[in-house]
Amino acid sequence: MSAEACHEPAIESAQPADAAPRRRVVLVGNPNVGKTTLFNRLTGQNARVGNYPGITVERRSGDLALGDDGVAEVVDVPGAYSLTARSPEEQLAINSTLGIGGFEAPDLVVAVVDAGQLIRNLYLVLQLAELRVPLLVVLNMIDEASEPRPDPAAVAQLFGAPTLATNARSGEGIEALRTEIARCLNEHTDARLDLAYPADLRASLDRVADALPQGWHKNVERDRALALWALTSIDPEDELESVPPALRERCLDVQRDLAGRDLDLEVIGARYAFLDAHADRIFGRTAKHPPKRAGSARLDRVLLHPVFGFLAFVGIMLLMFLALFSWAEPAIALIEAAFGGLAELAKARLPAGVARDFLTDGVIGGVGNVLVFLPQILLLFLFIGLLEDSGYMARVAYLMDRIMRALGLHGRAFVPMLSGFACAVPAILATRTMERRRDRLLTMMVVPLMTCSARLPVYSLIIAALFPDRTLLGFLPLGAVLMVAMYVFSIVMTLLAAAVIGRTVVRGRRVPLILELPPYRVPLLRGVLRMMWERAWVFLKEAGTVILACTIVLWALLSFPRVEPTPAPPAVAVTQPAPSDAAVRATALERSYGGRLGKALEPALEPLGFDWKIGIGLIGAFAAREVFVSTLGVVYGVGAADEDTSPLRQRIKSETRADGTPVHSALTGLSLMVFFALACQCMSTLAVVRRETRSWRWPAFLFAYMTTLAYLASLLVYQGGRWLGLG
Amino acid sequence: MSSNLAAAERGQVLTVQRVGGERAFRRRLMELGLVPGTRVELVGVAPLGDPIELLLRGSCLSIRRAEAEQVVVVGVEAAREPRPNSTRLEPELETRSAM
Repeated sequence: MSAEACHEPAIESAQPADAAPRRRVVLVGNPNVGKTTLFNRLTGQNARVGNYPGITVERRSGDLALGDDGVAEVVDVPGAYSLTARSPEEQLAINSTLGIGGFEAPDLVVAVVDAGQLIRNLYLVLQLAELRVPLLVVLNMIDEASEPRPDPAAVAQLFGAPTLATNARSGEGIEALRTEIARCLNEHTDARLDLAYPADLRASLDRVADALPQGWHKNVERDRALALWALTSIDPEDELESVPPALRERCLDVQRDLAGRDLDLEVIGARYAFLDAHADRIFGRTAKHPPKRAGSARLDRVLLHPVFGFLAFVGIMLLMFLALFSWAEPAIALIEAAFGGLAELAKARLPAGVARDFLTDGVIGGVGNVLVFLPQILLLFLFIGLLEDSGYMARVAYLMDRIMRALGLHGRAFVPMLSGFACAVPAILATRTMERRRDRLLTMMVVPLMTCSARLPVYSLIIAALFPDRTLLGFLPLGAVLMVAMYVFSIVMTLLAAAVIGRTVVRGRRVPLILELPPYRVPLLRGVLRMMWERAWVFLKEAGTVILACTIVLWALLSFPRVEPTPAPPAVAVTQPAPSDAAVRATALERSYGGRLGKALEPALEPLGFDWKIGIGLIGAFAAREVFVSTLGVVYGVGAADEDTSPLRQRIKSETRADGTPVHSALTGLSLMVFFALACQCMSTLAVVRRETRSWRWPAFLFAYMTTLAYLASLLVYQGGRWLGLG
Repeated sequence: MSSNLAAAERGQVLTVQRVGGERAFRRRLMELGLVPGTRVELVGVAPLGDPIELLLRGSCLSIRRAEAEQVVVVGVEAAREPRPNSTRLEPELETRSAM
């Protein structure tokens, strides 16, 4: 398996098959220029979240009302500093602005630039003008530009593209922009700019232009600009995907002929020389070396300080973790209680039978299984939204780069990794904050090893049932020590897994860090709330359906074939008299397909110290790890149980084999905890990995490697312990 | 007198002379405005010693020391001398202290 893209069909294609041809406007711009805020301003409340075909990048689009001119579709293209590309993700910018590589050509390209960092932002505008796209330039964040402010008319003249100033945060200039978009859509004029590149380069460009595929040709100027794009993007090491082989070959040929020349410097240098030469026209003065913005400089003096910076970092991360870990709890409990109540209500009202059980245990339980993730997802994305919009997320990557790099992870992986201690599901959704597919994949593959909160009830039950209630060194409760040990174990295993997987399965070139530290800004709550809702909705729609389906399959596995109400004698002697209802349920479970599977697994589980009852528990725990506890409650015939129920603890402790020896010991307990620490006992995790990678291969790999690891580690613990004479 | 960016002192404003490094990285760095002739200031160093924070063209960029070593810079004084390839030379070159 490689880190390369998986070619599963996307859920929504880039071009929804509309009946009437819709006019399409694409928004492009550098990261952190307020493009998304502008998008939200223009489209109001109707954003659609889909996917670009072939790659796991989200495509946000919405309708822009143009008054008498009807409606246009606006697409928010992911932020880019330049059109040159090395990866399929970076290639989106050129493909969606030109309408090549399977994309439809837009009717208008709106380039959003940060008026406060104009020259660097205009680099992208310059590329667009060279490519002769129908262009409209928006000088956004005009309020942040220092005096003298840039002159839109000068920019317009430079690139042959209408230019407006806006402040998307306050809404200033948005109506004018709407009107201007409508005008541009009707008049359809292309931007134009011809830089004086060295004359001898032109012949090379024409040679490359000859190799452009048929659909990419438009006019001589654009063909040359596209040839220049190809020459500066394509090389033997790029990871581009939709580049025709003939073009690639021609580019490499021409590059060989140009060997010895520094093409990148010639081109980029000429572009910046042009922009710098015109800076005085745009600003009415020469651009000097502008100082860092005073507010950001002051904040960074504290937030990036060797001592206070780390204290602030720990404080912010602790707050986020507490929110996920504790604040979400009441909402989770409420959702669980509501769905439990609903299931009870349905049980009381409906006649007994398969249909009733399907509805209560399968459907209602399944919907509950999905919704229960919402509090943590919403909270995590509230934090991520605030961190991203304020500019602090880039500082997280800056502060943590040294550590995360040593682990082969991206600095931005820190927030998802930390979230993994609460729950892997929102943590995997949070990997989107990383641009590179390889970074996202690696983080997704190791986050499920973190000790999530669903493992805690399992650990609590095992520790209470199988470990003596005593203290170490006279003051350390053994239970607490074991709990801490499990956390440390999971961290060590996660880091090991990252090191191994990052060097094998998702191997990727080490990419040098280029991180922009944007100015601090007050987050816009409206935008953050909108993003939270979009994230939650995508989860419900795409991962939720898979989780629901899995719950129903699991329910069927543990409920069929159905047992008649007259209880047959249980296969294994039940030492204690149990309530008859619980005994019936225990028998039914034992005879179910899932029960048979648990029994069939017993020979494989025995070397780990587990019997078939644990096996059934492991199958049940696939719904969610904490379900292990209630499944064991049913298997042992003690009825409804949670980790604090003493009957269940007693039953586990007193369970004996035919020869009277106890089935469980502290050693099997340890083996079981190690198994739970490492195994991917969570269908919801697999469902979101599938959603985020758009492939079943990655969840399959995740499940396979974690289960193997868990099996071998438990085997080592149990057999090693026995060899040492424990247990 | 040329040196590399990683050897710069905090608060020093320097002029880029040459950008080296692996192609995609170097291209992206230049596209972000770090072309020869540009003035760049070392604003800070991350608490763990790496990466470093640069200020150029009014924006803050962070790169690692290993890559910063590939960026050849000249001190402010040296920048006064005319060099080929330099597209912008400014007469007034005030030195600013960072903090």
